[in-house]
Amino acid sequence: MSDILFYAFAAITVFSAFMVVCSRNPVNAALFMIAAFVGAAALFALLEAFFLAAVQVLVYAGAVIVLFLFIIMLLDVERTRALRPGLVSLAASAAALGLLVVGVLWLFAWEGAGPLVDARGSDAPAALARNFGYELFTRYLLPVQVTGFLLLVAMIGVIHISKRPARDTAAEPKGEEANP
Amino acid sequence: MDPGQLIIFLLKAVAVVLAVMTLAGYTVLAERKVAGWIQGRTGPNRTALPILGAIPVVGTFLRRLGVFQPLADVGKFLFKEEPFPGHVNKLYYLLAPALAFIPAMTTVTVLPFGQHDGAPLVLANLDIGILFILAVSSLGVYGIILGGWASNSKYPFLGGVRSSAQMISYELALGLSILPVFLWTGGTLNLHAVVQEQTHVWFLFVQPLSALIFLVALFAETNRMPFDMPEAETELVAGYNTEYGAFGFGLFFLAEYTHIIIGSGVFTVLFLGGWNLWLPFPEGIFGAVLSVLVFLAKVLCLVFFFIWVRWTLPRFRYDQIMNLGWRILLPLALANLIFYAIAIAVIDRVL
Repeated sequence: MSDILFYAFAAITVFSAFMVVCSRNPVNAALFMIAAFVGAAALFALLEAFFLAAVQVLVYAGAVIVLFLFIIMLLDVERTRALRPGLVSLAASAAALGLLVVGVLWLFAWEGAGPLVDARGSDAPAALARNFGYELFTRYLLPVQVTGFLLLVAMIGVIHISKRPARDTAAEPKGEEANP
Repeated sequence: MDPGQLIIFLLKAVAVVLAVMTLAGYTVLAERKVAGWIQGRTGPNRTALPILGAIPVVGTFLRRLGVFQPLADVGKFLFKEEPFPGHVNKLYYLLAPALAFIPAMTTVTVLPFGQHDGAPLVLANLDIGILFILAVSSLGVYGIILGGWASNSKYPFLGGVRSSAQMISYELALGLSILPVFLWTGGTLNLHAVVQEQTHVWFLFVQPLSALIFLVALFAETNRMPFDMPEAETELVAGYNTEYGAFGFGLFFLAEYTHIIIGSGVFTVLFLGGWNLWLPFPEGIFGAVLSVLVFLAKVLCLVFFFIWVRWTLPRFRYDQIMNLGWRILLPLALANLIFYAIAIAVIDRVL
């Protein structure tokens, strides 16, 4: 039963992720992205990492994609000219993707990812909120700090880019400042 | 899981879903009746069933009360011709009402609504109950946003965009406001544990500010009156569901009222002590029925509060809503969280 569910959800996730890249209509792409995120959350739930599954849906499927859709609809991307990447950027992305695939294959096939740990059960790191928080703020404190710093950098960048000369902002009505 | 167990489980699920849908239908009636009462009208009082309505005194009384009105409404939604505008995005136009309705009904599964000899009456007693509710109900916005966009018409579109901005803004305050409750219960996210914690004192009295922020954010998330920007009639015709008729409109409508009932249920569980009434319940089936009735009574009081506010307060302006969400509620929720985190740490240390 669990195996069948795994293959079903894995197929949904991979297919949706593929369609995100291939869709010409950005709204379709965003909706396939929701499907991919929910599929990944279902896979987490199958691994009994319920906390991770709920957070995945809450943050990515629930909040991030709403912002994506919001921007897509406001900018009316659909009617703008289809993006045609140049030869250089095409070659660069192909090379980057190739390197990534080679790297992952090397990691798993030759280097080995270490012995497999059974990460299920109630004291697994991702099962309960308490375990999750404890691991996050003891063992993985440095990655958390680094991620937080990266987000701070991104936020300052966004503020800098969106900042306009003073006379423009004065004429602008104060609208939404939606940016979690 | 053996087939017998599965069938029992399915029957339970169908019973709960039917109960919530019936409640939603009668909440619509309550809305119309209370609106009439507040505005000095009578509300629906004409619909009568052939045989029941003919009973001399009782039939007339029920007819005046409008008890048969929801049946007529449902019949109309089901059998009316489905208008299908030619300028819409067909797939998303059809998908949107279902996307609005399914998350609303899914959250019912983890909401405990009573007890039976100490065990909770709930479809799925998840450890992360509240996170599940927040996660699934955050998906409900896609129905509104897609319905507005797929209608390919400016008023629904504006309604959908407004709704998405509003929901993002208040979701943060909503999530932050209930964290102190779970700090208080010792870090468990299980809703039954929260109810058990409130056997003696309701969290409404322990954490009034959390309750207030949660309630305000709940009004915004359910798009109820002071916050009903997505369908401000004077500005947007009927908002995101302007282009919908018959069954599609019915689903949107039902989803909206299901949200109100579930929201009231969550508020009852978190702040009004669930089914607790300061008295221990008797053992067995009688105690179970009694606890469900107490829970329902609290939920219905809150639903009445929702309706009362809608027909009493005027609507906010859009920039006022955004200001309230980002400049007042969010900082207040953060301060509230920090205050209770420190307070709980101090209490733990002292006791």
